[in-house]
Amino acid sequence: MRNVLPVLTVLLVIVGIWYAAAIWMNSAWTIDRADGPLTFSEIVSDTMSQDRPRLPAPHQVWAEFQKTVFDTKVTSKRSLVFHGWITLSSTLAGFALGTVTGILMAVGIVYSRPVSMSLMPWAIISQTIPIVALAPMIIVVLASLGVDGRAVPKAIISAYLCYFPVLVGMVKGLKSPDAMQLDLMKTWSATGWQSFWRLRFPSSVPYLFTSLKVGIAAALVGTIVGELPTGAVRGLGARILIGDQFGNPMMIWSALIAAAVLAGVLVTVVSVMQTVAMKRMGFAR
Amino acid sequence: MSVIEAKKLELTFQTNDGPVHALADVNLEIGKGDFVSFIGPSGCGKTTFLRCIAGLETPTGGTLSVNGMTADEARRSRAYGYVFQAAGLYPWRTIAGNVRLPLEIMGYPKAEMSDRVARVLELVELSGFEKKYPWQLSGGMQQRASIARALAFDADILLMDEPFGALDEIVRDHLNEQLLSLWARTEKTIAFVTHSIPEAVYLSTKIVVMSPRPGRITDVIDSSLPKERPLDIRDSKEFLEIAHRVREGLRAGHAYDE
Ligand SMILES: Nc1ncnc2c1ncn2[C@@H]1O[C@H](COP(=O)(O)OP(=O)(O)O)[C@@H](O)[C@H]1O
Ligand SMILES: [Mg+2]
Repeated sequence: MRNVLPVLTVLLVIVGIWYAAAIWMNSAWTIDRADGPLTFSEIVSDTMSQDRPRLPAPHQVWAEFQKTVFDTKVTSKRSLVFHGWITLSSTLAGFALGTVTGILMAVGIVYSRPVSMSLMPWAIISQTIPIVALAPMIIVVLASLGVDGRAVPKAIISAYLCYFPVLVGMVKGLKSPDAMQLDLMKTWSATGWQSFWRLRFPSSVPYLFTSLKVGIAAALVGTIVGELPTGAVRGLGARILIGDQFGNPMMIWSALIAAAVLAGVLVTVVSVMQTVAMKRMGFAR
Repeated sequence: MSVIEAKKLELTFQTNDGPVHALADVNLEIGKGDFVSFIGPSGCGKTTFLRCIAGLETPTGGTLSVNGMTADEARRSRAYGYVFQAAGLYPWRTIAGNVRLPLEIMGYPKAEMSDRVARVLELVELSGFEKKYPWQLSGGMQQRASIARALAFDADILLMDEPFGALDEIVRDHLNEQLLSLWARTEKTIAFVTHSIPEAVYLSTKIVVMSPRPGRITDVIDSSLPKERPLDIRDSKEFLEIAHRVREGLRAGHAYDE
């Protein structure tokens, strides 16, 4: 209960600001159309119910959200659940791919100096290239290689954003055992494999989970960006794009809300897994 | 027969600020079943010497044999157990799991592992704590678990680097008593680094006094105390005489500084 109150307060404040912004941003259109002078309450009531508002009011978005989430069959192309599922499955694929890539690269970097010297700069450069510029190229290149559909390129774009936090966290985590613990392994003449599985990897688990929380959010962003370039018709990103093309702000905003809800759920799931794992591994008391 | 033998041992670290002579002309023989304490001010090379014996550091001169082999061969034949100042238990393993760790690494059969874990935990008086996690134990108990871990496999040398340095006096007294009885029962050869004169005198059959810059041995005292040592032996005349000689040795080492 104590956690809910601050969250609700923030939510209320956001909704309040949102309404104020909607009135402010939509009033120009109201005043343009009017024949004569309008009272303040006339302006307000008009800004709340325009068909193509600059900024739809929360209740308009909620109505659209309700319609496309609860009142539409989930198999329908108009259902946000359908599009959310497309985005989710792609996000999970990208997350898995990115996590595995990040961990493997971290292992290489920690164990081999040449790998570290050659890989790390590229990993950093990879994150300085705007993904929006890269995404269409990945789609085109993969299409020319004969990969059908959007699922694979989307997962790759998603993994591209997701692997980096995992890489950075895991390098730190795998390096976290101190000299004494490594020396102890040496006194038992443990093999590299044994030191990895019994010391380095378990020590890195807290770092891994922290990275996974960032990684899953990044994977979702990557997937949505992968759904934006023209041609996509499925997924939350595509809904945002189509809403924009057809001048339907309610569609854009309800897709955005769906993406936010999805992000919240995904990060929460990883957090819960983290809490459970930390408890069971004795890191948390 | 000597278990550890150092002749003209020398170790110079090359650092950015120039060479550091951590050990110079160290000659020492440790016999089987000896309890040897190393005492001296910080930076006199106690840890370095222990690490050389453990094969964790490579001397730059002289010879060192452990169990008749080079230190590195001895390390690979798992000749010793090493106890650090910090217990360094894995938080994700239970006490039993921690003690079992070296046994897993050395590939002991499953059934034998649990026998050994039970036996060494009894030796350090931690029976009944098998399923506890490290954070559920006090500092002294954690250190006892780390000693059990070093004893779990059949190394007949125990190297201990200020194992009780971070513990309070009362716990320390108790652990010292326990360590002596453990040593008597297991007949291990123990090399023990300490800062405390009473601790060194109480525990040892041989006390090695060291001094810094360069790290070297200034005195080796063979203790005349009996093997059976109740805590109140520390008030005996003999004990105080040995302690006095250690103190003199430490002071003589320091004279070079002034
Ligand atoms: N890895 C190292 N590199 C450089 N100098 C070292 C290293 N280890 C120890 N030393 C130096 O060697 C000397 C002896 O250190 P140490 O054996 O740790 O002393 P003690 O354990 O008696 O306090 C010190 O001057 C220390 O700074
Ligand atoms: Mg030291």
